[in-house]
Amino acid sequence: MSMYFTKEHEWVKIDGTQATVGISEHAAHELGDITFVELPQMGKVVKQFETLAGIESVKAASDIYSPVSGKVSQVNDKLEDAPELVNESAEEAGWICKLEGIELSELGALMDSAAYAEYLKGLE
Amino acid sequence: MELIYEKSVPGRTGVRIPLSDVPKAAPLPEALRRGEAAGFPEVSELDLVRHYTNLSSLNFSVDTNFYPLGSCTMKYNAKVMEQAGALFAGCHPMLALIPGGEKFVQGPLALVYELEQQLAEITGMDEVTTQPLAGAHGEMTGIMVIAAYHRARGDKRKYVIVPDSSHGTNPASAAMAGYEIVTIPTAPYGDMDLDAYRAAMNGEVAAVMMTCPNTLGIFNPHIAEICEIAHQAGALTYYDGANLNAIMGKVRPGDVGFDVIHVNLHKTFGTPHGGGGPGSGPVGVKKGLIPYLPTPRVVRNADGSFGVEAHPEGIGRVSDFFGNFGIMARAYAYITLLGGEGLIEVSEMAVLNANYMMARLKGEYELPFETTCMHECVFSASRQLKDGVHAIDIAKYLIDRGFHPPTVYFPLNVKEAIMIEPTETESKQTMDAFIEVMLEAARVTRENPAALHEAPVTTPVGRLDETRAARAQQVCCEG
Amino acid sequence: MGYCPNTPEEIREMLDVIGAGSVEDLFSPIPADLRAKSFELPEGMSEFELMGIMREKAAAGGTGIVPFIGGGIYDHIIPAAVDHLAGRAEFYTAYTPYQPECAQGTLQALYEYQSAICRLTGLEASNASLYDGGTAVAEAALMALRITGRNSIVLDASVNPLHREIVCGYLANLSAGIAEVAPEGCAPDLERLMDSITEESAAVIVQNPNFFGSVSDFSALAAKAHEKGALLIVSCYPIALGIVKSPGEMGADIAVGEGQSLGNTLSFGGPYFGFIATRKRFIRNLPGRIVGETVDKEGRRGYVLTLQAREQHIKRHKATSNICSNQSLCALRGLIFAASLGKQGFEELASLNFDKAQYAKELLSGIKGVSVLNAGATFNEFTLALPKPAAQVVTRLLDSGVAAGVPLGAYYPGLDNALVVTVTEKRTKAEIDALAALLEGALWN
Repeated sequence: MSMYFTKEHEWVKIDGTQATVGISEHAAHELGDITFVELPQMGKVVKQFETLAGIESVKAASDIYSPVSGKVSQVNDKLEDAPELVNESAEEAGWICKLEGIELSELGALMDSAAYAEYLKGLE
Repeated sequence: MELIYEKSVPGRTGVRIPLSDVPKAAPLPEALRRGEAAGFPEVSELDLVRHYTNLSSLNFSVDTNFYPLGSCTMKYNAKVMEQAGALFAGCHPMLALIPGGEKFVQGPLALVYELEQQLAEITGMDEVTTQPLAGAHGEMTGIMVIAAYHRARGDKRKYVIVPDSSHGTNPASAAMAGYEIVTIPTAPYGDMDLDAYRAAMNGEVAAVMMTCPNTLGIFNPHIAEICEIAHQAGALTYYDGANLNAIMGKVRPGDVGFDVIHVNLHKTFGTPHGGGGPGSGPVGVKKGLIPYLPTPRVVRNADGSFGVEAHPEGIGRVSDFFGNFGIMARAYAYITLLGGEGLIEVSEMAVLNANYMMARLKGEYELPFETTCMHECVFSASRQLKDGVHAIDIAKYLIDRGFHPPTVYFPLNVKEAIMIEPTETESKQTMDAFIEVMLEAARVTRENPAALHEAPVTTPVGRLDETRAARAQQVCCEG
Repeated sequence: MGYCPNTPEEIREMLDVIGAGSVEDLFSPIPADLRAKSFELPEGMSEFELMGIMREKAAAGGTGIVPFIGGGIYDHIIPAAVDHLAGRAEFYTAYTPYQPECAQGTLQALYEYQSAICRLTGLEASNASLYDGGTAVAEAALMALRITGRNSIVLDASVNPLHREIVCGYLANLSAGIAEVAPEGCAPDLERLMDSITEESAAVIVQNPNFFGSVSDFSALAAKAHEKGALLIVSCYPIALGIVKSPGEMGADIAVGEGQSLGNTLSFGGPYFGFIATRKRFIRNLPGRIVGETVDKEGRRGYVLTLQAREQHIKRHKATSNICSNQSLCALRGLIFAASLGKQGFEELASLNFDKAQYAKELLSGIKGVSVLNAGATFNEFTLALPKPAAQVVTRLLDSGVAAGVPLGAYYPGLDNALVVTVTEKRTKAEIDALAALLEGALWN
């Protein structure tokens, strides 16, 4: 499954018209130990790049922007009791939510893994 | 150390309460009574005194350690101020508000009035209110005054502009007053990027909030122009007085073009920090904004007596009475004790001390902005970072050597920031001792960085697991 | 002069190191046209002269007047240990515990304070204090708006008028609305309060005892609020909680109050402290500083400021509140007061207040033309109906050295003849008897 990334370090994996969203390893590393994930409401409708969720560490708080437009169909409840999952596995088990009814054309505005890796190099 | 609750023994009694000289009344109906008595500790007075005396010894404080926390102005708290403040312990504030009560509280009312005058003169403003209970409270009050001004003119403005170096209370206070925030980045000269600011200023901006000198300790030479640009667009200008200690007698924000200001009595005017409060954040305004000040106000009658007057057009009340009077009394004592010349000397020596720090440390620590500083200087531990040592490690090393660390990681626009504000009350001896240890820390960084990661090792507890605290959320000892 | 210790020689040495010719040179970045236009302040003086001035002002501070007044601020005993311990320089000259390893004194004390507030209010999580009782009510309202995502508040009008003004001020700039509900006589109108809760109400705010001194049980109101998805906020008088049902026991979601009566002097209006406590599930929405327990690498227990991601220095304009400082020293005094009285002593103190007030209530209502307006129970304050405007009576009695109570005419239309009388444990039987005599004289002579 291909992964796409945003400039704000969110990722999205596509499965048909369903998407899974999370934050990148880089972002999780930058934040430090995650203490809380503010999961979105089920059924919430977002446009691409609008605020979807929130995430907090001991010293920082960040908004999570949606990589694609869609409607929240599932949230990763495990993050409620174990926010550290995001640190352990930001791009797999630490997924944040799933969106349905997405527009594949929106992916054009995102970076693929290689492009994101380049982007990160440029930030240093 | 054990908690006081862990030292409790059921049935131990404390201080004796007054004897009853009235009949025992029939108790409250059961539906209104609490089930079990509140679980306060049950300890003897000796155990109580030992517990808190020992607890206090776990603190660093100005009276025990050099405390160069940048932006906090940890100057010496004169003991005569405590004596002076204590004199008013028995004054009930409601006396000022009940009919006929004013004439019995002429002393405190006079103090409020005179302090407002003193602060107005020091800052170049036309009127002051002492009602705000802290700096952030003052910022919120000041922005609410600005909002009331625009509302009264039917002028709908949505935004408040702040530099990215501003203290977090600036945007937070503006948001509480209902505004959206526009943040302007810092330019190489050390303060707000003027081009970006000009581009952001328009008829929808209610105000711009500035700190001068700013949180980098730098005096912005364009400050008057910044105010002009705002005024031309019909916006007002707000001055955060946290750094007033640098400029007393030299510059007055009112003269420069600021419409609203706040000062922090617990910083510039030497009232004690109390472990994080109480503070006091009086707000000063220019003539055109006087109608919007909070209610009530202390006024001087024709016969020289003082009265309390409602101020109906204003923003209402931000606190019950006239502010944190006990703190105000201490600040009044400080200003009266020092006099005009004393305050000027304070700023001169504060700026001298910080520049001395800067000159002696700049060989080892990176200066993000190469200019003279005012009362505080900001370094970056970026050089030390190359050896794997962060600003926080240097801070912890200082603790082991008996110094309270400077402020670290603020302002946010400097990487690995270390902000040092010695204040004017520190001697060259003390500063030299601190400088020696800072230079030593730089040496240890080069030779043995791992040692700094372990610090502090001399304190009762070492570095604490903050992640665990945030995840566990254990905030009270259950009964 | 300004506690600046350096000698001219040392100043000279420092200037040399800096490479500046004079101290004035250090101010050269400041353009000439920005220099102070005036700085006219009187000359300084010594401690001796200063104390003369301060004593003169304090002497005209009304301390000789016997206070049967409250208005949220109460004349209670303060055990000697409070001044002694809070007066320790390690407590009062320290600052915010940003570096926990050298601030365990302040941090542990605040943790103990938070625990005391939870035990007092019967709730589960407290912060490290707010500025005062009035702003605490406002912060609780903002907290409820955040938690529920709704935009209106139901506010009982028998909540302290000064506090209500503050709440209105805080909410005026946001798009939230306030629906005030008038009391029924001296008691909150529970039925109308319940009817006023809508799907848009974030919370109902009540006070116990209320401004008239009436004590209520808000359990039914809590249930009704919860039915509608709203919260119950109770503003309470700490000393009353020695015997009165706690907000937690009533099912309240947030408790706030003015902490002054716990170990803090009257001091003409402050500093005091506000307290706030809530259910565990709302902890992330609490404003202000919070201390949490944790351990270091060796497993030693310690305390740190926690959940800081809520606060202004991290979230900036999205913070739960703009609040930065708390009222640390005042909260410490409150804690030591509570620990000094202890579990039993605190209950006894509350009972004593209650007994004294009952005695006064009976005595004063025995005066011709005077009656008690509170239909139900009161704690240490009650409202009298006088046969004359209360303002007149109060003014007259002040000249005899007694503040008889707070006239309600200025705060509640139509209640010009009503007077709220406060009786704490410090009012002796002799003082109460004297008040009765003076009152009778003022009414009938």
